[in-house]
Amino acid sequence: MSQNVLPPPPATRIDLLLIAGLVAEKSRVLDVGCGDGSLLTLLRDQRGADARGIELSQAGVNSCVARGLSVIQGDADTDLAAYPDQAFDYAILSQTLQATRQPRKVLEDLLRIGKRVIISFPNFGHWRVRWQLGFSGHMPVTENMPHTWYDTPNIHFCTLRDFVNLTREIDARILSARAVKSSGAPMRMHAPWWFWNLFGEQAVFMLERGS
Amino acid sequence: MSMSDPALSRQRTSLPQETLIFRAQAPLMTEGGVALGPLEIAYQTYGTLNAQKSNAVLICHALTGDQHVASINPVTSRPGWWETMVGPGRPIDTNRFFVICSNVIGGCMGSTGPASLNEATGQPYGLDFPVLTIADMVSAQAMLIDHLGIDSLFCVAGGSMGGMQVLQWAARFPARVFAAMPIATGARHSAQNIAFHEVGRQAVMADPDWQAGRYLENGTRPAKGLGVARMAAHITYLSENALQSKFGRKLQNRNARTFSFDADFQIESYLRYQGESFVERFDANSYLYLTRAMDYFDLAADHGGSLAEAFNGSQTRFCVVSFTSDWLFPTAESRSIIHALNAGGASVSFVEIDSDKGHDAFLLDVPDLFATTGGFINAAAKARGLEVTS
Repeated sequence: MSQNVLPPPPATRIDLLLIAGLVAEKSRVLDVGCGDGSLLTLLRDQRGADARGIELSQAGVNSCVARGLSVIQGDADTDLAAYPDQAFDYAILSQTLQATRQPRKVLEDLLRIGKRVIISFPNFGHWRVRWQLGFSGHMPVTENMPHTWYDTPNIHFCTLRDFVNLTREIDARILSARAVKSSGAPMRMHAPWWFWNLFGEQAVFMLERGS
Repeated sequence: MSMSDPALSRQRTSLPQETLIFRAQAPLMTEGGVALGPLEIAYQTYGTLNAQKSNAVLICHALTGDQHVASINPVTSRPGWWETMVGPGRPIDTNRFFVICSNVIGGCMGSTGPASLNEATGQPYGLDFPVLTIADMVSAQAMLIDHLGIDSLFCVAGGSMGGMQVLQWAARFPARVFAAMPIATGARHSAQNIAFHEVGRQAVMADPDWQAGRYLENGTRPAKGLGVARMAAHITYLSENALQSKFGRKLQNRNARTFSFDADFQIESYLRYQGESFVERFDANSYLYLTRAMDYFDLAADHGGSLAEAFNGSQTRFCVVSFTSDWLFPTAESRSIIHALNAGGASVSFVEIDSDKGHDAFLLDVPDLFATTGGFINAAAKARGLEVTS
């Protein structure tokens, strides 16, 4: 019976491994925009996490439920409000921030319901993006941002620097920050912000509420 | 439970036709404060209870359903009402699970209801039957599950009024419910739903043949009233799109309007047929009592106004399902359930399935429903240490 066969786990993305490395063993985790459940499966199987998720697409939810994950169909913009304060050790937003209608509110909600927030997003300040917009004069289309401007779900792009500014505005403390090169490899730790902002294709931040 | 119990001795017959009857040893104390007894519960079982008694699934039926969930209904000669979901190789696989389905109390398919004999008077209960609640139905089911010697159910599943019973089970007996699937349901009956039920009840009571509920003794049947009630209710089980695409303004076996009140339109003919066939199989007073039980359902109110309180600390795994075109139990009702479950930290999955079939979608062949529930059941079975077949 085909519906009993679990889908094979997809090749693990570098940013997912990077996120999994930030999560302590046996934590309670909420992955917002969890897709087909790749990260949650990784966290459950390798970190022993109590892994929960929210996903917009029915196909994604079905995939997650078939993997035995507790995932609800919902929307980061509207469904985070129902979660109690500090309900999770980690609230994770992986490659989803730029697709939310109200990124600031989503981030504030995450900081409320998670003791820590792990967030990854494509950096709009990457040199290739700047090149395409600055010299070619068109909206950037890259491997990480493969959509054309008229059909992209990504409506709120930011640069790494913009994001850092937002964390200051909402009084979030940055516990760690990593930039990932286009090869998927993490960049060396002590590079200056301007360097990360120019050469980091993706960013992975861990935040908590400021005191 | 002894080995001579018919539920066990019948394990090897694949399609049980007859109904089993459980006679409760003690009366049931209803929420309204009435001792209801003697109490009989008609039920069906499918599959085999394992030695650990860990693979039992309780299916809760909807308003006009019955215990014949996965086998030919002896009254209508039609297939079981949820054969798409329950049976060999189905999401609730009778090759792996011991499936139990009982007729709710207050019903008319063998369990004690308003048409049963009231021992105090020697007459059918009629309106002397106590008004029941969803909690009372669940209390009666728990008596049956006790009788079958099952401490903890692997899963309790049901749609609509059945889903209300699932929620009641999970709230009342959290330790006895490993997994719960409330489908196309709500934690309370909305004002609009109460309104439709009231229209139905008033239609029954307006029929002179109802005889103030004493129609059985008087040899009459409020067929007109119950038929109208069913017609009105049936509209709420469909969707505007489904009605439009199935019937539109098509005329019934005629080429032109007749300038009369005959059933010119196909939709009229269809609804009349639904009403007429329903009265053949359903007791009018049962309809009054069961709709009332749904109206009274408000799980939050039973827990100090907080639905989250009803599920606080629950270890049960939940799979909540709604359908996009269901306007009887719209997705917002399911969302309030998952928000409460999340607030209590429960393990919950939820999917809103795209369907234009309205509330009835849960009974129909909707592949996405089977994919979600099948995945959920398999994962839960694995967590329970039950055999997972492919």
